[in-house]
Amino acid sequence: MTKPENPRGVELSSKQMKEGDVIVNKWDPRVKYAWATGEAISRFLEEMKNGKLIARKCDSCDRILFPPRMFCEECFKPTTEWVYIKDTGKIETYSISYLDKDARRITDPIFVGVVSIDGASEKMGIMHYFDETTKEDIHIGMPVKAVWKPPEEREGAITDIKYFRPLKEGEE
Amino acid sequence: MTIFRRRLQETGKEMSYEASKMALEEAGLELKDVDSVVLGSAPDAFDGIHLKGENLLDGAGGAGKPYLRVFVGGGTAVFSPIAGWWHVASGLADVCLVVAEEKMSSCFPHPQSAFGHIWDPILDRPLKPNLVWIFAMEMNRYMTVHGIKKEDIARVAVKNKRNALDHPCAQLAADLTIEDVLNSEVLAWPVQMLDISPPSDGASAMILASEEVAKKLTDDLVYLSGAGWCIDSTMWTDRDLYFPEYVARAAKMAYKMAKIENPPKEIDVAEPYDPFDYKELHHMEGLLLCDKGEAPILTREGVTERDGDLPVCPSGGLLGVGNPIAATMGIKACEIYWQLAGKAGKRQVPNDPQVGICQAWGDLMQYGSVLIMRRG
Repeated sequence: MTKPENPRGVELSSKQMKEGDVIVNKWDPRVKYAWATGEAISRFLEEMKNGKLIARKCDSCDRILFPPRMFCEECFKPTTEWVYIKDTGKIETYSISYLDKDARRITDPIFVGVVSIDGASEKMGIMHYFDETTKEDIHIGMPVKAVWKPPEEREGAITDIKYFRPLKEGEE
Repeated sequence: MTIFRRRLQETGKEMSYEASKMALEEAGLELKDVDSVVLGSAPDAFDGIHLKGENLLDGAGGAGKPYLRVFVGGGTAVFSPIAGWWHVASGLADVCLVVAEEKMSSCFPHPQSAFGHIWDPILDRPLKPNLVWIFAMEMNRYMTVHGIKKEDIARVAVKNKRNALDHPCAQLAADLTIEDVLNSEVLAWPVQMLDISPPSDGASAMILASEEVAKKLTDDLVYLSGAGWCIDSTMWTDRDLYFPEYVARAAKMAYKMAKIENPPKEIDVAEPYDPFDYKELHHMEGLLLCDKGEAPILTREGVTERDGDLPVCPSGGLLGVGNPIAATMGIKACEIYWQLAGKAGKRQVPNDPQVGICQAWGDLMQYGSVLIMRRG
């Protein structure tokens, strides 16, 4: 006899839920949060306002850690130095998303991925958007550069960079 | 285990009771014979109930006993029996009941909104991420590094959904073609609708017993012979996603304990975590069942079919049976037990399997749990 035998459970359809065929209780939580951004990320976000990316160096393993942190998770020692890095990098991976954050369908897709930043240790980067490229042109390994919001619109957030665009020839 | 469905009428507590009761009945035990209870369940955000372990407690048979709720994201499905094994292997309990439950449908209209709470609040959330993105990014990296074609990945979805036709709990069993997968809706390129397992409600349970007690209950013993788990740094944008090194570390820990030196040769049946079709391949490589980039080739050659040399996800996996996160223990750890005990019926892999492995995966692409079983 195949196990599990006679599995239990009663399926409900969304129609039964919506049309009140079954009794449901609802709750709509209104909980708000404000996160302190911490030692390392506060400085990182301050520098974003200035249109710069900053990392932390670990003297013990010589890595330039980005996003910056006040301790190296491998050496488990304090990092020692702030290091400005560039606002150019390379696409490590990407997706072209037709889903928004709540899994609703969108027609104008979001280009998103991981960009490793020039000047940080290998593979170290952030998740961000890509634009000024096409589904056909975008590729892993593509050199890219940050497009910043105008200084007066920056607020100390990861979105002070609007997106990364392909690096133009001869550009640094 | 219960049936897996998009929505079940039962509460989480009731599902836990049904699964626990089925496991006790199969083992020929009653709750009074159970010394300790482990309950696995994933994020509280799906339920909107914190202290979820306490909410489910009575259904899991834990009241008045040493009781522990464990949660390591998607890895909970295989970590729960590992935590149960501690209780028995340490000598603290002769019989441990392990229950795994998930009810994702309470969060509406879609549990995806609850997944939003797992991202870093400062670096990631302002970009309004969808959880499918991490799979899309990892899949693209994996495909690009090895030059893998999407059709070789789609084959996994076809295989697992077909295997699920033989599973009485299955939510998405289907006889599909590779073209069906390749023509399904693009959600977040390269991920398409049929590459993904569904959100589900469900529960599963298993009984772990000391050798002495187990020998009195059955002649067909199955031993837990190796366990391993490992988590990588949460700075997921700082590492190469093409290979799950943390799964390999967890697997090495388990192989060492089980005294397995040549996994591809010594493992007879495998249930790696397959929430997406490429993840089965990614995890076969992480479990060192083949070389890096080789899993799609083995799949194309039919090696991983139920009657192949290395059957992979004979249960039908998350892709075919469903993905109630922690409760997928029923198609990972329970399935390996049923396969080794010869109780898998229509799903039974041939040639009298002696050693099996199961694995689960989760958090922000960083956690692996591995359990090896061997027939006594």
